[in-house]
Amino acid sequence: MFDFLDRFMPGFLEMLLPRASEYAIEIDVLFDVITILVGFWFFLVLGYFFYLIFRYRHRPGQKAEYVTGETHKQKQAIEIPHLLILACDIAIIVPTFVVWYNIKIDIPPPEEEVRIVSQQWAWTFYHAGQDGVLGTDDDVASVNELRLKKNVQYTYHLESKDVMHSFSIPVFRLKQDAVPGRVISGHFKPIMEGEWDVQCAEMCGVAHGIMGARVIIESEEEHNAWLAAKTPEQAGDNLVAAIEETLSVAKEDRNNG
Amino acid sequence: MAHEIIATGRSRTGIPTGRLAVWWVIGSEIVIFGGLIAVYLLNRFNHGPSWSVEAGHTATWIGAINTFWLLTSSYFVVLAHSASERRDAKETRKWIWLTILLGGFFMGFKTFEYATEISKGYTLFTSNFWSFYYTATGLHGFHVLCGMVIMAIIAENDIKKGRNWHRVENIGLYWHFVDIVWIFLFPLMYIAK
Amino acid sequence: MAEVAHADVAHDDHHDHHEQSFWSKYVFSTDHKIIGFQYMFTGMAMALIGGYFAYVFRMQLAFPGSSIPFWGTLSPAAYNSLVTNHGTIMIFWVAMPVLIAAMGNFLIPLMIGCDDMVFPRINRLSYQIFLISAIVLIISFFVPGGGFGGAWTSYPPLSAKAEYNSTPFGAPLWLIAVTLEIVAFLLGGINFITTVMNARAKGMKLYDIPIIVWMIVIASILFMCSVGPLVAGAVMLLFDQTLGTAFFDPVAGGDPVLWQHLFWFFGHPEVYVVLLPAMGIVGEITCTFARKKLFGYKLVLYSSVGLGILSFFVWAHHQFISGVDPRATYLFTTTTLLISIPVAIMIFAFIATLYGGSIRFTTAMLFGLAFTGEFLLGGVTGIWLGSSGTDIYLHDTYFVLAHFHYTFVPIAIIAPFAAIYYWFPKMFGRMMNETWGKIHFWGTIIPFNGIFIPLFILGAGGQHRRIYNFQNYPDLAGVDMQDMRVFATLSLVVMLMFQIVFIVNFIVSLKRGKKVGKNPWKANTLEWVAPSPPPHGNFGDTMPEVYRGPYEYSVEGREEDYWPQNEKPAES
Repeated sequence: MFDFLDRFMPGFLEMLLPRASEYAIEIDVLFDVITILVGFWFFLVLGYFFYLIFRYRHRPGQKAEYVTGETHKQKQAIEIPHLLILACDIAIIVPTFVVWYNIKIDIPPPEEEVRIVSQQWAWTFYHAGQDGVLGTDDDVASVNELRLKKNVQYTYHLESKDVMHSFSIPVFRLKQDAVPGRVISGHFKPIMEGEWDVQCAEMCGVAHGIMGARVIIESEEEHNAWLAAKTPEQAGDNLVAAIEETLSVAKEDRNNG
Repeated sequence: MAHEIIATGRSRTGIPTGRLAVWWVIGSEIVIFGGLIAVYLLNRFNHGPSWSVEAGHTATWIGAINTFWLLTSSYFVVLAHSASERRDAKETRKWIWLTILLGGFFMGFKTFEYATEISKGYTLFTSNFWSFYYTATGLHGFHVLCGMVIMAIIAENDIKKGRNWHRVENIGLYWHFVDIVWIFLFPLMYIAK
Repeated sequence: MAEVAHADVAHDDHHDHHEQSFWSKYVFSTDHKIIGFQYMFTGMAMALIGGYFAYVFRMQLAFPGSSIPFWGTLSPAAYNSLVTNHGTIMIFWVAMPVLIAAMGNFLIPLMIGCDDMVFPRINRLSYQIFLISAIVLIISFFVPGGGFGGAWTSYPPLSAKAEYNSTPFGAPLWLIAVTLEIVAFLLGGINFITTVMNARAKGMKLYDIPIIVWMIVIASILFMCSVGPLVAGAVMLLFDQTLGTAFFDPVAGGDPVLWQHLFWFFGHPEVYVVLLPAMGIVGEITCTFARKKLFGYKLVLYSSVGLGILSFFVWAHHQFISGVDPRATYLFTTTTLLISIPVAIMIFAFIATLYGGSIRFTTAMLFGLAFTGEFLLGGVTGIWLGSSGTDIYLHDTYFVLAHFHYTFVPIAIIAPFAAIYYWFPKMFGRMMNETWGKIHFWGTIIPFNGIFIPLFILGAGGQHRRIYNFQNYPDLAGVDMQDMRVFATLSLVVMLMFQIVFIVNFIVSLKRGKKVGKNPWKANTLEWVAPSPPPHGNFGDTMPEVYRGPYEYSVEGREEDYWPQNEKPAES
């Protein structure tokens, strides 16, 4: 359905960022639907507003009328637009239910899984190793670098070690808060090869603005080559080094803070 | 000090302004305590077994006696109010001070209760149940104390001088509210085990 | 003293007022007008601080790492503290005091025709607590570790533990300041409600009450009903911060998301608490300068009540992706989109009030019209965010930020300017300069749009909030995006420069503005019956009596195009 609608939509978000996940198109289409409906009403009302300002500006000899707003016709002038707006609201609510369900509630059976651990101030990503299964001894952990295979359906499991963080990949149109004490799961399917930002989207302390990571989407061969080159590790030392580097950037100019 | 304000004397709704103000204060307190109690309930539902174990250690008998003190004191404050309607300063002051006395018993028993629990090792930080218990009952106790102080001021500064009789009813309303909060807290903290 | 029989008259003891010292007349006054000014000037001072913070952090964003004039280099920790306190100050120490406490205190007794608030000493106490809260907040900037930097929403566990937030003193002080501010406004609410309900002039029925008075009353009720759980939560968070309890600590059985619910249950009604008085101000001004009756007074009134009630059912739209049960979003996205209806009704009513009018473009009216137009944009951009599907992408981006500045700046800046230009003559007995006012107007509104339109685009492009240097993100570091940030920052600087025009106009007009009589705008409501400025007691020996509604402008068959509420009907 969304592919069909997308043909008629301007694709505002796509002008700014590529659609690198399978469901990005749904959010983009919904965004455009809202833009068109709301934009129509906004310009209509604003236009009428400016018209009234111009038309009823005071000129010598011009007097105002006595209008209560309580006659039937006058009340209708407000009530009818409201019924129309209500209709537009419903036209937005229905697709938003669908999009929300598809992205946040329905988790398709995964072909592979990743475990994401956020903390002050770095990301640790646990990938399934050569055996393709997460949670076994050959898992590969990397710090601040998430490596995914194109066209594979992933389920992610998101945790936090300390405070609230939020896992956000703008090109996937994905965002999910990480709550300490919980594991929150979701899904995505990358459809485009490339390298983009991962951001933390919830204030998490001094280095919140510097705990960016990168997501690298590659072909299966490239991914396997990467797996082969890395030894299974607990990411311990790399993590410590990454956080220290982040902190040193943060501490760089504490002089006038 | 200030001259009489005309505004204070007017009453377009028919309800005396002081009473309207007390209802406003009670309303805001209801939302504060309501929030705290709602949070407590949510936690009880989510942590059923563990909180139940902790709740088992509250001293129900002290809670029950304290309930008796508060309910009786609410009756006393009603007597104070009707004495104030008759403009009987002596009776009014007597019943106000008896109310304060019972409030004092409440606070006294509570102090003993807290001391006993702390000596047994149940402090504010022992577990989340105890954090709630002390916060909720402590906040309530603070309100009891404030009520007692205000009542003493009204008795000695107003009634003794034969003026501002309406304040007895107003502080009575506040005292009933404090009572009602306790009537919610008592079963939640002491009976539901 | 000779006893003279007076009817409904104050002042048993005139001699009290001859010998008032500076302290009792201006600092410890119980007069509602003075207390109103105290709130207004405190709010304006805090606005300067909040605006300065915005200048500093926007300079950092436009020119990362550079030395900012009048600050120096900005560290990431200080950046977090500035954005946190900018938001906190603007909401709690600018919007609320100026719109509700200043305007409410000054106007309500005048507009309902009585001599003061019903409880003047509680009124004074509320300001004193408010002032203390402001001082506590300012102290929090200078303690070891610096001011709190965990965002104005103060989510735990970050806000609960000093090991996470590195501000062991700043965090609790910030929380105490906010709590004291809330207490001050709960106290203030006592006066607003009881005075309006009980102390109205003879003949003033409920539907004769000016809309701004209603808006302040409804806002006070909304505030009181919503803030309780937050007070409970603030006590719990303060205990977590200082005593080591674990209400919000998941390690010890607490729940961080609980705070979010307690905060936003208040946080959403709060935006309507500040919106309603701002709309009330714009309503008064629109009617006066269009010379028109308010379109659908009862409609506006009932819509605002409906808005207030509905506002209690939308709060989790701030938490769509924060780990709440995803199915709950169905309810909240529906209620959020539906709440656009009563707001729209009110805005449409103001626009419809212009129909058939005879509009005078005084500075106050210009700001009033700007409110309506700008708020319209702010309100509609909420739809993208209320729709849960798009919110997945837009949450925590600059799109949110631009949305709420397009609502908050009209509320906290544009409407108060409108109010000041309109009621300055009543407050001080002189006019502000209209030419400089218009310069100030254009110099505020045009740059305002220059700041926030680029931020919508940046947000839609994936730029997240509370990040002190976007050059750290390859996808966001491009020249086009950075140019937009620079443009926004320069617009802010221009806008701040033009506020100097306002400040000078205000101060000079206090002494040298053109003197005015009681009713320079030819308006209907009762405050224009009192002298300018009103004396202690407001109306002298005779309290006004009301014979009609507040908006009888341009009534057919009358020579004058206005009809004051207190003018006796002609004997037929």
